Amino acid sequence: MKLEGKRKLWQEYQKEIATDNFFYVRSCVRQNFFPAAEQIFLRFMRETLGKTVHENPGHTTCTGIGYHCDVVPFNTTMTVVARQFSLMSDAGCENLAVSCITSFGLYTEILETWHHFPEIEEKTREYLYKATGREFKIPKNLAHASDIVYKLRNEIAARAPFKLINRITGKPLKVVEHIGCHYSKMFPHKGIGGAEYPYVLAGLVDALGGEIVDYPERRHCCGFGFRQYVVRANRGYSLSCSKKKFDSMEPYKPDLIITNCPGCPYFLDRWQYVVSEMEGRTYGDNGHGIPVFTYEELAALVLGYDPWEIGLQTHQVSFEPLLVKMGIPFDPEKKYLGKNREYIGRPAKPNFMKIDMDGIKSSKIQYQAI
Amino acid sequence: MKSVAIIGGGVAGLEAAGKLSKQGFAVTIIERDEHLGGRLNQWHALFPDRKSSTELLSGLIKEISSGVNLITNARILEVERNDDGFAIKINNNRMVTAGSVLLTTGFDIFEAEKKEEYGYGIYENVITSVDLEKMFNSGKPLVNAQGKTPARIGFIHCVGSRDEKAGNPHCSKVCCVTAVKQAIEVKELLPSSEVILFYMDLRMFGRHFEELYKDAQFRHGVQFMRARLSEAFENPDGSVQIRIEDTLLSKPLKMSLDLLVLMVGVQPQKKQGNLVDMLKLERDADGFIKIADTYSPYKTKIPGLFCAGGITGPKTIEETLAEARAVTVEIGGYLRNIENFAGQEQYVMEL
Repeated sequence: MKLEGKRKLWQEYQKEIATDNFFYVRSCVRQNFFPAAEQIFLRFMRETLGKTVHENPGHTTCTGIGYHCDVVPFNTTMTVVARQFSLMSDAGCENLAVSCITSFGLYTEILETWHHFPEIEEKTREYLYKATGREFKIPKNLAHASDIVYKLRNEIAARAPFKLINRITGKPLKVVEHIGCHYSKMFPHKGIGGAEYPYVLAGLVDALGGEIVDYPERRHCCGFGFRQYVVRANRGYSLSCSKKKFDSMEPYKPDLIITNCPGCPYFLDRWQYVVSEMEGRTYGDNGHGIPVFTYEELAALVLGYDPWEIGLQTHQVSFEPLLVKMGIPFDPEKKYLGKNREYIGRPAKPNFMKIDMDGIKSSKIQYQAI
Repeated sequence: MKSVAIIGGGVAGLEAAGKLSKQGFAVTIIERDEHLGGRLNQWHALFPDRKSSTELLSGLIKEISSGVNLITNARILEVERNDDGFAIKINNNRMVTAGSVLLTTGFDIFEAEKKEEYGYGIYENVITSVDLEKMFNSGKPLVNAQGKTPARIGFIHCVGSRDEKAGNPHCSKVCCVTAVKQAIEVKELLPSSEVILFYMDLRMFGRHFEELYKDAQFRHGVQFMRARLSEAFENPDGSVQIRIEDTLLSKPLKMSLDLLVLMVGVQPQKKQGNLVDMLKLERDADGFIKIADTYSPYKTKIPGLFCAGGITGPKTIEETLAEARAVTVEIGGYLRNIENFAGQEQYVMEL
């Protein structure tokens, strides 16, 4: 692998990313899949990095999943998105920070459509005004939240007490990065690093001292693919897509997976459990799975937030082996304590995949200074 | 003596220079590089007869060894068409005047990095047809980036040709037969290797091309698969995993190769840009120089300005040589028809 070849290519896919004063639009599915991820993003942006991020509880779905499943017409989608822009204008913001990859792709598609067909933008303005009496301004800067984390990666790395270094061996952790399809596959120049060798997550991993793994099925679908999962009859296809990726990355022995889409972490996480139940096969350390992060969870973890506040206990694959490798202190007993420290119950143990502290003797670990 | 300035010292420029000089014209070759020969310098052997490119080049240079004025490392700063003909200002305060100008500046090779999904410049065992010629020229054993003798080698046709996304909808014409030639050369060097050509169409249009294609199959065991490459990846051992569609069976296929050769196409030359502007020449929709008439492919709309070779589209060397010879007749006719033409005297002078 020639890294200089990738670096040359990355230079061709750069874009303007705002650094402050954002209007944040959340993802429908992420709040269900990994509910703490967005909350922790807002916390470290505001508390640790001192940024201003506005929200509006009146914000709705962008209709992206309905649009891509052919149940919501494009005119409706554009009008709903125009309303989100209107909420941003209400907050006095011009920089839109988008949590969801599908929303980001959809906003980009709509802005491109309006750019090439101004009459459609005019029509959408008319629809929005008739339906809500609202008007809107087009965002000055549109960025996915992972773009913002990429932009602030050096600031994050400088403040991070933990790095992507195995503190037992002193070697960089091996990281698989997986980009959501709607991030740059439709509009390569709207994504950092383009579509074939995206750099948005790889750049964060570089800044944090990790080592990116480029494996043969890197570009393959995570397994979500909308209809692969949304249509129940297709779910075997969803599972086989994810398994193909696990089998391909396995020889590289990755320590973790990082993603920037709502669907990817969910499927790459949950299907590891399903594969283990179906075939007795696991892909991580000593019978554990490979932990799967969202970009905010990883950023928050290295910044020193408590793993259970980040919501890592809501993942199917346990993070404990990785936390040990990174030298991150955590209390295994608090893993299943919810709000107000109430015990929320421990999930049943899988038949094959190890979870929690299985196989870990924390008292004997010798860490190396970094 | 009536004069001609030839811009570009590749196959077309050299052949035309030799012929014009023998007809009694004063000829100056203006070459951008240090050496003459253009693309021939990158090649090892030529199709269909496997003639050595060095031998062809030596022959062309021998023909211009007396009576042709050479200017190498030249940068053209200005070209003026005036009543006396053409005045060409070159770096280092030099000026060439001539009654007629022949443009033989050639073509560019498609930059394989642009097909990002094929991994050229990123995956170590993805090379181009030009790189393979260099490997043949080196005389060293044919090995991949890991120093291993490749057991399976794949050639991908039409890389940057007939590809609208790459900005080149045209056929580059010479790559199909080049791939067949190179496949045979690989099989001769490594008889036990498996060589597979993944083609879109096989355009064996020239004389002896079809025979070469059959020879590749029957005598050398080269395999041909009608397929399109979707993407390439690197395996842990450095070999290349390709994902293709067999377009006859309509089935996707995955396989590993020890070496992947991209048959890069021919495209209009970017460096010609300034020259094209200076001469107010037009480009066709495909980016190559527009000719005045399909049936007189050497004439431009500017009197006294002619073109030959790859500047007006992809051509084989055989076609280029034929065109270079033909254009000398046109140039001769043009110069003989202009009486009392002040530009008939050629000057190469220090300013």
